[in-house]
Amino acid sequence: MSSYLAVLIFIFAGTGIVLFTFFLARLLRPSNPYPAKTVNYECAEEPIGDSWVMFNPRFYIFALIFVIFDVEAVFLFPWAVAFGQLGLYALVEMVLFILILFFGLFYAWKKGALQWV
Amino acid sequence: MTYPLPFGELHGVFGWLYELLESTGLPQPWLDVVRYAALGALVFGVISLLALFLVWWERKIAAHIQQRFGPMRHGWHGWYQTVADAVKLLTKEDILVDTRDKFVFFWAPVICFVAAFLAYVTIPFGEGLIVADLNIGILYIMAITTFTIISLLMAGWGSNNKYALLGGIRSAAQLISYEIPMVASILVVVLFVGSMSMVDIVEAQSGWITNWYVFRVPFGPIAFITYIIAATAEANRTPFDIPEAEQELVAGYNIEYSGMKFAMFFLAEFANGFTVSAIAVTLFFGGWHGPFLPSWVWFLLKTLGVVFLLMLFRWTYPRLRVDQLMEFAWKFLVPVTFANLILAAWMKYAGWYW
Repeated sequence: MSSYLAVLIFIFAGTGIVLFTFFLARLLRPSNPYPAKTVNYECAEEPIGDSWVMFNPRFYIFALIFVIFDVEAVFLFPWAVAFGQLGLYALVEMVLFILILFFGLFYAWKKGALQWV
Repeated sequence: MTYPLPFGELHGVFGWLYELLESTGLPQPWLDVVRYAALGALVFGVISLLALFLVWWERKIAAHIQQRFGPMRHGWHGWYQTVADAVKLLTKEDILVDTRDKFVFFWAPVICFVAAFLAYVTIPFGEGLIVADLNIGILYIMAITTFTIISLLMAGWGSNNKYALLGGIRSAAQLISYEIPMVASILVVVLFVGSMSMVDIVEAQSGWITNWYVFRVPFGPIAFITYIIAATAEANRTPFDIPEAEQELVAGYNIEYSGMKFAMFFLAEFANGFTVSAIAVTLFFGGWHGPFLPSWVWFLLKTLGVVFLLMLFRWTYPRLRVDQLMEFAWKFLVPVTFANLILAAWMKYAGWYW
């Protein structure tokens, strides 16, 4: 478990280093905000309205397909590691699994879910 | 010959620090904590130096491809131009937008950098030169670098800027799409090694050059090509740099950031570029293996070679459109990589490889 301690320490060390450089910059930099500076940058136009609005639902569909394939990847990693000992049975199983998922992908494709415009 | 972790052949240079630490007589758990914290600082130094060098190198390559000179004024061929840039970024005013989401806006660059930084825990820089040889090494790197997506979304959303939001969600869509072919390409190598540990993967390619996985025809070259395409997209580099397309989104998710906060995004981008190249070298080009020179020199040379390839892509190819980008990932790369994976599994089962 000692090697996973490294990950934990690195999380804190990385955050600490970033916060330290922010602190260092705070000591060195000037600070002179005025209204024209603190307004949102929109190529010198006055921004109209908030940007926290509804956006294209297509991003959501792609995210949904991604989740399915990412879960598949999680199943594939242990399969790939153990494949040397498993043999033909595992190969057939995984081909079936991938085919079922690709049937889903093909369905989404034909339904136009992968069409961007 | 085996080398002591984690410095490998550089033990003569850094080993005395460990002996100094052990002579303080701290109990073992605290010793480990101090040790890893020191390694963290060291890795940060390495990343900073690499980023400084890579920025300068990229500017020189870009200039020479476009028949310019690039930075020439500061030092030999402008070698300390990026050092001056870093100092400038440190002393720049931090311009904060009034309408931002304070919490999200502040933590986005931190998460972006930490995600890039954590990947360096298990990159094998040389024989025995690795911070911690995690047994799930490559899966860990894939999982941890995905946090970049969250940070880009946070940056886009927290800025309350239309360009930034568009850039953020576009980059999220792009990164998750190219994650799948990237993982499927990596799985080909994991399948053949039978281990996810980065050290095991490199050890499996020892010996003659034909043991490198890029030369295992036919699936090795296919996996490498699909990997390098997906990696270019994952590192947000042209021809896949739609999230930060200068001409349409101005700068994408980091448009409202300035000073050190912007520098963190910048640093993380170059750290990620180096990470994907290091993974390519580890998986396909035999990692640290090579004759005559020390192992870490070989690793660095090969990785810089792959970085050079990414830079050539960046300055010679035009940018894709968003619809082309997404359709290329889902309609071409995903089927190809999974077909390649099944082919590789079949060949491993049948023993049709050397």
